[in-house]
Amino acid sequence: MYPINDNIEKPLTQHIKNDGSWLTLKEYESTGGYQALKKALQMKPAEIIQVVLDSGLKGRGGAGFPTGKKWSTIDISENASSIKYLVANADEMEPGSFKDRFLLEGNPHQLIEGIIIGAYAIQASFSYIFLRWAYHLAGKALTQSIQEAYDAGYLGKNIGGSGFNLDMSLHISVGRYMCGEETALLNALEGKRSNPRAKPPYPSNSGLFGKPTIVNNVETLSNVPHIIMKGANWFMNLSKTGEGGTKLYGASGKVKSPGLWELPLGISLRELLEDYAGGMADGYRFKGVLPGGGSTDFLVEEHLDVAMDYASVAKAGSRLGTGTIIVLDDKTCPVGMVHNLERFFAQESCGWCTPCREGLPWTAKILYALETGAGKTEDLNILEFHTHYMAPGNTFCALAPGAMEPLQSALKYFKADFEMHIHQHKCPWNS
Amino acid sequence: MTEKVLTSGDISEIEKAYQHFPLRSAACIEGLKIIQKNHRWVSDDAVKELAELLEMSPAAIDSIATYYSLIFRKPVGRHVIMVCDSVSCWIMGYEGILNHLKNRLNIGYGETTQEDRFTLLSICCLGTCDHAPAIMINNDLHRDLTPDKLDAILETYK
Ligand SMILES: Cc1cc2nc3c(=O)[nH]c(=O)nc-3n(C[C@H](O)[C@H](O)[C@H](O)COP(=O)(O)O)c2cc1C
Ligand code: SF4
Ligand code: FES
Repeated sequence: MYPINDNIEKPLTQHIKNDGSWLTLKEYESTGGYQALKKALQMKPAEIIQVVLDSGLKGRGGAGFPTGKKWSTIDISENASSIKYLVANADEMEPGSFKDRFLLEGNPHQLIEGIIIGAYAIQASFSYIFLRWAYHLAGKALTQSIQEAYDAGYLGKNIGGSGFNLDMSLHISVGRYMCGEETALLNALEGKRSNPRAKPPYPSNSGLFGKPTIVNNVETLSNVPHIIMKGANWFMNLSKTGEGGTKLYGASGKVKSPGLWELPLGISLRELLEDYAGGMADGYRFKGVLPGGGSTDFLVEEHLDVAMDYASVAKAGSRLGTGTIIVLDDKTCPVGMVHNLERFFAQESCGWCTPCREGLPWTAKILYALETGAGKTEDLNILEFHTHYMAPGNTFCALAPGAMEPLQSALKYFKADFEMHIHQHKCPWNS
Repeated sequence: MTEKVLTSGDISEIEKAYQHFPLRSAACIEGLKIIQKNHRWVSDDAVKELAELLEMSPAAIDSIATYYSLIFRKPVGRHVIMVCDSVSCWIMGYEGILNHLKNRLNIGYGETTQEDRFTLLSICCLGTCDHAPAIMINNDLHRDLTPDKLDAILETYK
């Protein structure tokens, strides 16, 4: 995983083996595993939430919502619902994202411990791990590890003699990107289609089977044991900016060494691209990058020194998203790339609301026409129109606005390439 | 009376699944998965029988079965090949892999080879984009693919 011996602290990944096997319970315990749980069970739930708040941990699922803040929306008073749920979102289907897989396959107990601590903090009695079907090895690792955790008394009744009870179940999903959207995920867990739900009520009030529920990403929850063990300040200081922690960053596309690296939150895009991904592959030049998966805006050359944290990437006009960058090179057609993305989003639209259900296939069709030489000048206006038509607030969930991010930014930075397709009646990259 | 699709084994597995839920209908996806695991695909009759078991209408079950991309409502072969067609695999040339497969097997998407050996499907990003292009065959992930590598891999699925 690491081409570079950089002496950077890597709490999430330092113990992950490179032989393809995961850390068993014994191995995890020998690295200090489940000590954080023991510590947490001595604390009050509200104290745990405070530490997580102070650590600055932001949700790693893409939206970057502060985790402590999310947890504090749950009513943990005496008269709160006795049934609450914590759900780990392991659906990872954002195109170009491959970070949660690494944590699931390499260190399942780290996630399980994070879930147990999170569940204790919000006083949940049941937890689910929502895993996409394609992650078979992760499914095996989790099944075995959940059983080990039960056998060791970390799950079940009266955990560690604390009086706290928690059950955990693995749900293996059967496809659809929309299952990753948190309210759609709850519908899928209830055996329904993964259409999203109207908010409010928020899941923290009325979630799974109508009970208070928190949904968190795998990477988010995997950070929790370390925060409890080493404290909020330590976590905050791991990062290069005011947002705490490390981040799993990845790179795919025509770079020399595609891969995944745990690095301080806020390293620059240039460092990631050049020092870790090794720069562009021989014969290819950098043209642009989606900084955090398929549903983020392109950044270009002028943005290479942007810090890869939530605030800085937002300021540059995009989103950190999942932190796995997809690199566009000069020999790959930007229109073709955006076509591939919009076709994906059109296919994965759940069909619940009209702008997305009708607009995404239309968008994909126009891009296909451009790619095959049938594009017309007015097509660019129609594409532009759709980026407003599916802007945030006009659709039921974030799928459609997310889908517009690569398109709107491609129209901004690569307009000349779109026009070339129209004038030459063909894709200039496909001669 | 026509023969039932669901065996007593299927039924007891499905019953076990819905005991975990406050509502029987919540076990719909689990039920479909169980049927597919045991029968490779989900037939119309299987949908009707599952509907009875879960006290739902067949249409309600089918709306769920047809929504999820990994529930097969048509017969599939012994081995299902799923080609990642998402963005990083596209950049790294998955189309070459797909064309090679189509030519080798003489089938297109959604089709099955003679003697039911292979069915060809597409799938969204497999979460292994740093090793693109990638495919899955049944439960196995194959990455960093080239046409030559692919030929050797196909031979291992009889
Ligand atoms: C279409 C769509 C797909 C999503 N897929 C995922 C996913 O696969 N994994 C994930 O953690 N979050 C995904 N999210 C974000 C979730 O809705 C949610 O914000 C996240 O799971 C919350 O966890 P966090 O606060 O720990 O980041 C998706 C959102 C949308 C709109
Ligand atoms: S935006 Fe798209 S995916 Fe989201 S609810 Fe509407 S139709 Fe479904
Ligand atoms: S795009 Fe194919 S594995 Fe991610």
